Amino acid sequence: MTRTALSALLSHWKRKPFQLLTFVLGLALATALWSGVQAINAEARSSYGRATDAVGGGAGEVIKAKNGGPMDAALYGALRRAGWRVSPIVEGWVSVEGGRVRLVGIDPFTAPQTAAAGAAIETGPSEFIAAPGRLLAAPATAARLRTSPDLPPVIDAPEIAPGIAFADIGVAQALLGLEGQLSRLIVVSDQTPALRSLNEISPDIERQAAGSAEDLARLTDSFHLNLTAFGLLSFAVGLFIVHGTVGLAFEQRRPVFRTLRTLGLPARRLIGLLVAELMVFALLAGIIGIGLGYLIAAALLPDVAATLRGLYGAPVEGQLTLRPIWWAAGLGIAILGTATAAGSSLWKIARMPILAPARPRAWAMASERALWAQGAAAIGLLAVALIAGTAGAGLVAGFLMLGALLIACALLLPLILAGALRLAQTAARQPLAQWFWADTRQQLPGLSLALMALLLALATNIGVGTMVSSFRLTFTGWLDQRLASELYVRAEDDAQAGRLLAYLTPRSEAVLPIWNVEIEIGGAPAELYGVADHPTYRENWPLLSALPDVWDRVADGSGALINEQLSRRDGYGPGDDVPLPGGALTVVGVYSDYGNPLAQVLISPEVLTARYPDVPRLNYGVRVSPDRADALADGLIRDVGLAEDNLTDQAALKAFSIDVFDRTFTVTGALNVLTLAVAGFAILTSLLTLATMRLPQLAPVWALGLTRARLARLELVRALVLATLTLVLAIPVGLLLAWVLLAVINVEAFGWRLPMHIFPRDWAILGALSLVAAGAASLWPAWRLARIAPSELIKVFANER
Amino acid sequence: MNARTLAYAVCAAMVICAGPVLPQGFSGLGQDAEGFAAATRGTEIVFPEDHAPHEDFRIEWWYVTANLVGEDGRDYGAQWTLFRTALVAGPDSGWQSPVVWLGHAALTTPEAHFVAERYGRGGVGQAGVSGEPFEAFIDEWRMAGPNLSDINIFAQGSDFSYDLQAVADRGYVLQGDQGFSVKSPSGEASHYYSQPYYQVSGTIRTPDGAQRVTGQAWLDREWFSSILTGGQPGWDWTALHLDSGDKVMAFQVRGADGGAFTGATWIAADGTATPLGSDALRLTPLRRTEVAGREVPTRWRVELAARGLDVEIAAVNPGAWMDLTVPYWEGPVRVTGSHQGVGYLEMTGYE
Amino acid sequence: MLLELDDIHKSYPGDAGPAPVLRGVSLSLEAGQTLALTGESGSGKSTLLHMAAGLEVPDRGRVLIGGTDIASLGDLGRAEMRRTRLSVIFQQFNLIPSLDVAANLAFQARLAGREDHAWQTQVTRRLGLDEHTAKYPEQLSGGQQQRVAIGRALAVRPDLVLADEPTGNLDEALGDEVITLMLDLVAETGASLLMVTHSDRLAGRLGSRLHLSRGQIAA
Repeated sequence: MTRTALSALLSHWKRKPFQLLTFVLGLALATALWSGVQAINAEARSSYGRATDAVGGGAGEVIKAKNGGPMDAALYGALRRAGWRVSPIVEGWVSVEGGRVRLVGIDPFTAPQTAAAGAAIETGPSEFIAAPGRLLAAPATAARLRTSPDLPPVIDAPEIAPGIAFADIGVAQALLGLEGQLSRLIVVSDQTPALRSLNEISPDIERQAAGSAEDLARLTDSFHLNLTAFGLLSFAVGLFIVHGTVGLAFEQRRPVFRTLRTLGLPARRLIGLLVAELMVFALLAGIIGIGLGYLIAAALLPDVAATLRGLYGAPVEGQLTLRPIWWAAGLGIAILGTATAAGSSLWKIARMPILAPARPRAWAMASERALWAQGAAAIGLLAVALIAGTAGAGLVAGFLMLGALLIACALLLPLILAGALRLAQTAARQPLAQWFWADTRQQLPGLSLALMALLLALATNIGVGTMVSSFRLTFTGWLDQRLASELYVRAEDDAQAGRLLAYLTPRSEAVLPIWNVEIEIGGAPAELYGVADHPTYRENWPLLSALPDVWDRVADGSGALINEQLSRRDGYGPGDDVPLPGGALTVVGVYSDYGNPLAQVLISPEVLTARYPDVPRLNYGVRVSPDRADALADGLIRDVGLAEDNLTDQAALKAFSIDVFDRTFTVTGALNVLTLAVAGFAILTSLLTLATMRLPQLAPVWALGLTRARLARLELVRALVLATLTLVLAIPVGLLLAWVLLAVINVEAFGWRLPMHIFPRDWAILGALSLVAAGAASLWPAWRLARIAPSELIKVFANER
Repeated sequence: MNARTLAYAVCAAMVICAGPVLPQGFSGLGQDAEGFAAATRGTEIVFPEDHAPHEDFRIEWWYVTANLVGEDGRDYGAQWTLFRTALVAGPDSGWQSPVVWLGHAALTTPEAHFVAERYGRGGVGQAGVSGEPFEAFIDEWRMAGPNLSDINIFAQGSDFSYDLQAVADRGYVLQGDQGFSVKSPSGEASHYYSQPYYQVSGTIRTPDGAQRVTGQAWLDREWFSSILTGGQPGWDWTALHLDSGDKVMAFQVRGADGGAFTGATWIAADGTATPLGSDALRLTPLRRTEVAGREVPTRWRVELAARGLDVEIAAVNPGAWMDLTVPYWEGPVRVTGSHQGVGYLEMTGYE
Repeated sequence: MLLELDDIHKSYPGDAGPAPVLRGVSLSLEAGQTLALTGESGSGKSTLLHMAAGLEVPDRGRVLIGGTDIASLGDLGRAEMRRTRLSVIFQQFNLIPSLDVAANLAFQARLAGREDHAWQTQVTRRLGLDEHTAKYPEQLSGGQQQRVAIGRALAVRPDLVLADEPTGNLDEALGDEVITLMLDLVAETGASLLMVTHSDRLAGRLGSRLHLSRGQIAA
């Protein structure tokens, strides 16, 4: 019985393969975008986790210097001899091609059993420990490390977190210039009773919880939340498609359900079979979706990894690994999505009387009451958004507000469109126009799900687009202020630097040193720059807030300027002391530093050279009148022998900066496009399914003397009108979204706040795009209508039902 | 001489490498041997200098076993061992020192056997040895005193500890030919001396509580660079304190063919040590006990016909299994037969 | 007695309160008997047939099939009864549009788990559907579709065939032809037949007839 009934149910899809395709593809797309984003997040998170776990932190504890600085390595022996079971770690950064790598020196004899310790032993202790030693790193990181000739041989260790290299502690100390020093000591989990307390051994050290994975996760949470929100949005858009398809497929099969029940199939069995059928499709779609998601993730991950590495110093490489949990989650979300989309349809069938008639059109027409219920829900959500926006604070409130706002607007859309169409109908004088508006209104419920999906996609596009463009505009303006020098030069060595200075001094208005060292503030990488006291800075530097006499205080060595990122991240403002190697300085000002991934501190070059006598003095900015810049550049190459690579003009530097900026938003842009594509697909499928049901409406008009081609054109116009109305509504929603992104989310995610700019031309482009999408989606059904056999239309009169 | 613990020394070289597959790095060990000194016959052993590490040699150990009796009248055993292994020849100082230290400690009661293991790199103050005043240490474990004849021995694990005072009133015993000890027919050898005359008192602690103990202990010092030839699956070693005041060290290195290379030293009560030829000793397993899934002989017949010795040695606790990176059996024994006494037994290579 | 309807009442909600459709109808049918139920539109004859098939439940009164009150069977029991003992033929042919003719013909028998290939082949031939077994319902004429419905009903060899205006969508000549086929096959299987029709002429071809008027049996 089961098999026979199932074959009857499934035969429907065989006869309507396009419907099946819509269902599976819609669900697959939804799953793909969701699981792709999840894969990216999971990859990044796992990298953080492995990074911490690999150095034996995890849930354990570490012993560190109270002042946060390095410790005398002799403490290690003292602690061990006092019965403390600790393992030493020395850490720092090495710069290689493609960004710096965190170098962790471990002691394989005492390190907790971790991936790194295991790999070290695999390597062979003689090689690992004895000079020159070995570096262990994930393959992608290892490849970058090998580009540097000064490093020991590198061994691929796939089990190690990306962006990190491990070496024996002795080797690492030498590479990092930290001989005789330790960064911290891991407290091994199984301790025997200590003979002396920590304080007795040294008053300058303390025991702390490790938990650096959490730190990193917290730091990057906002970024991942951003991606997750996008994934969820795309998933929601995909579910609109699935909901529509499942509802239609069920409605069309109602006669079959009725026949099956009449022939003696129990209701429970019927529901069971339908659930099984849906689950099989959900699994199929889920698998396809996961495959697509993998492709999306693999394509986007390199950029995400670059962003994460740059923005947060997070150790992520652009390589994706397949994780079982990710597969399971992808299938789970596909099934969950199907259940959500099909739940109401199944519920209706379970409660339907055996002889209930099939009414696909009625299904497509939402009742007035349902419309008002939607409106009420929308009002409620708007209230939630308002409360979250005014009373809430932080990232979660921001996203709550965003979500509530978007869903509310989507729910309001059919109501507003219905109102607009009613107005148009009243205003229409011609009978054909009246029919057109009335018929469009009648069609609205069937299309509203797809239009809601379009609204969400458009609003997201406008919102995110406004954010990125506002950002870019501010950024380029800021670049003009920031990159004031006409030429930037880099000497090969101190001798050439001397020749450069001698050559440039009489030929330019000023030669400004750009000397910097890489440091750490609060455990994250930071740049420390020395800047000369010069009008170039005094007049142009984009300060956000400052104490009086800011430049005088930098010049006299008592003050430091910090960038907005550092200020927001660690909460330093003017008047606070920022801890720097060699002693804290007072923050005298905060400047905007868009697009810079790192925290940055500016101090006087005298202070810099006093604290870092060995700082390379090779980089300089040259002020010269712009019309003489080219000649001076030629002279530098010809007379001083400066390599062309070591000379950058302002324009090239700006281009590079913009490139860094753009890369940060590649992912956002890509997801934007994908979401819009899904919405376009939703419209296409809705129109196609409606087209098959609309013959009874169209046949009488045809019979009254309208050609099929005319009807088809009207169908096309109808789709365009609806898309245009949706776009008009999407603009204010998108702008609201942009405001939330700029004022709330961006500050949390990237550490800078921006003024909002409005770009009507982008809307025009987007509008054109969405009209093209809607037009293209309606083209096929319209074309089919134009080519329909007249006999099909006549059938409408011959055979109702 | 004892041929024991070569595997542990090797293991120290490989660090945490448990398992039958040798890491690639180890295959280079033979070549590196050229940087090390070899044990040579006729080298005079000098005290206290030779108590300290010999950096020219690859492998070295300080090895103490103590037969103890508690206030409760029961037998106990304690082991304290420090191995030094150089990965390559070079000075043992600083964070790039090539020296690895490995400590083993064990406490045996008639019912229980407690073990602990410590690793450490040389050159950074975590482990090391100095000659006089004498100090050998790894982490908080130590064996130290004004000189090697008057030392305090301490070690602890997660579930045991001991703190013993050991005093010897006589000089050291040179094993083999004036401290040059041959280990195999093909001539591998080590420098080897012992101090079998420690009188011990102190405290042991187990989860059952503390116990005052007294007894006697035996120190072995050995250093060398070559490693055993292949085809020798394991060895059996014993050191006996006889009630007559005589001491005996006896060992056999078992060959893969079932034969064995044996050696023994008779240390008379007056302190004169006589190495006995390679066929003077007969070791016969009498009873096997299943320990940690293998059959290990825990009762032996030991015969030295030339000295009229024909005794049975039986484990105080047959379950004295050293469940460490490289596992082996080591624990106190009781001696009965032609002579009475106590001693220590070590057996490796029982799979 | 194969089928007994005992004092059946049924009302549907209407604009002005419940509108009674059946007002105490009783009838019975013995094995092998054929009975026509006639009456004007809205007389309640189709509703009565639905009651007999267990597709609807009476407000009052009992429906017994083979002596069993189908109200006591529950949904599962009634479904099994429909699957194995009854066949229903509707005015709308109620074929499964996505299955071909052969599959539709065999469908109820398969669902009931008693497919008989030889009998099915015979039914197919008798109904003149040999040529059309690979077609889909939408490719058939109305008369052909109704023949498929009749074939499906009889392929299962039911005890009772319930037919609701089986020729209502067909012209008179075609209707007569289809009815003849149906009656022949019903007679051959020994099944009982209860047929609802508004045509006195068709009713005359059955063994006996009852006239329903305003929800009651008219004399």
